[in-house]
Amino acid sequence: MTADLRAGLPEQMAELAADFHAVGEKDRLQLLLELSQELPALPERYAGKMDQMERVDECQSPLFLAVEVEDDADRTVHLFFDAPPEAPTTRGFAGILHESLDGLPAEDVLAVPDDAPYRFALAEAVSPLRMRGMVAMLSRIKRQVRLRRQAADTAAGS
Amino acid sequence: MTLSPDTDEKLATYAHPERLVTTTWLSEHLGEEGLVVLESDEDVLLYDTGHVPGALKIDWHTDLNDPLTRDYVDGARFAEVMGERGITRGTTVVIYGDKSNWWASYALWVMTLFGHQDVRLLDGGRAAWVAEGREMTTEVPQVTPATYPVVERDDSKVRAFRDDVLAHLGSPMIDVRSPGEFSGELLHMPDYPQEGAMRGGHVPGARNVPWARAANEDGTFKSRQELESIYLEEQGLTPSDDVVAYCRIGERSSHTWFVLTHLLGFDKVRNYDGSWTEWGNSVGVPVER
Repeated sequence: MTADLRAGLPEQMAELAADFHAVGEKDRLQLLLELSQELPALPERYAGKMDQMERVDECQSPLFLAVEVEDDADRTVHLFFDAPPEAPTTRGFAGILHESLDGLPAEDVLAVPDDAPYRFALAEAVSPLRMRGMVAMLSRIKRQVRLRRQAADTAAGS
Repeated sequence: MTLSPDTDEKLATYAHPERLVTTTWLSEHLGEEGLVVLESDEDVLLYDTGHVPGALKIDWHTDLNDPLTRDYVDGARFAEVMGERGITRGTTVVIYGDKSNWWASYALWVMTLFGHQDVRLLDGGRAAWVAEGREMTTEVPQVTPATYPVVERDDSKVRAFRDDVLAHLGSPMIDVRSPGEFSGELLHMPDYPQEGAMRGGHVPGARNVPWARAANEDGTFKSRQELESIYLEEQGLTPSDDVVAYCRIGERSSHTWFVLTHLLGFDKVRNYDGSWTEWGNSVGVPVER
């Protein structure tokens, strides 16, 4: 992977992107499948409570997303996803974002370039149409991080 | 040599029962010589999570679409795609997939463009097989490649292009999208990605019959009688009508094309695969709301 592809990506995302670039198309899909299988299950506070999560309509299959921002100095971000097992690609996209961004400071998540989903060499393998789902997930994550960080800052300041 | 058709009672009522198989028929014929089973899904990874034993994956995007031109692959590439799956011109191909067989219907329709004689759908698709608890495997079969001839695609019979649709205005046309898309309120399928149409609405004169009306909750096709009551009685179509069906990119309308052609025996149904992503962006074509 060239330096440009890593540009602006947080470390763990850049590493994961490099992993995708290091293998052929078939193994790339296998890697995506593994990430879909490793996507953590929802904690009890979200399980079955889809009304407390945001639905990402742009995904080809239903995906629900929740973002939490801690009260610590970094405003550490935590991500929670839910998608059915019949939608492994959508789950795989969520897996990439979880692996790349969970546990990062809010500022780092907000600094992720909007074209980051295209840095995983997946557009050829899964088609550009399908990639839009991951782009939408990232933009919704960033929007929620912004809102929740603001809320945390306001609470801390008052 | 093609395999004998499924003689299931429900299938027997359709105009071309040989175009469908039940899960029972498929499980009884798996592994038989002359049969190749293909899985065609919307979700590109679904096959890899487990599939019907012996089934091979075919991807609508990477296998059937040309990477440059917005069109299907040519005869040479199609021959490769078929050959590497061990399919010859005489092979019985059974296709199944996710989402009520949308992409399976689409793959079947593309195979029809190339005149493949014996290509069938699994009634109920992947969901029916899974729901019945039938065997699934992640093992990808080893295939002995076959020689498939290079055949010219014949787009004239079952495919409509934009100009064909312009010439067809005033004749029967079925828009299979959701009511919100048909009315122009939505520019995409509910809950699906935006696909960038500049105008919402429908082709003038088109009737809105969402594709899902032809399917039961479990993804199987409705009975012949139920289908007749929708398309013949309610919509006033007759099997001799010249019909064009379209949706957003041509996959849902492949499902309706299959229903009208193979289940109800219409003689001339064309799928306008350019569909709303083309029509809603074309300069100067009429749009109705």
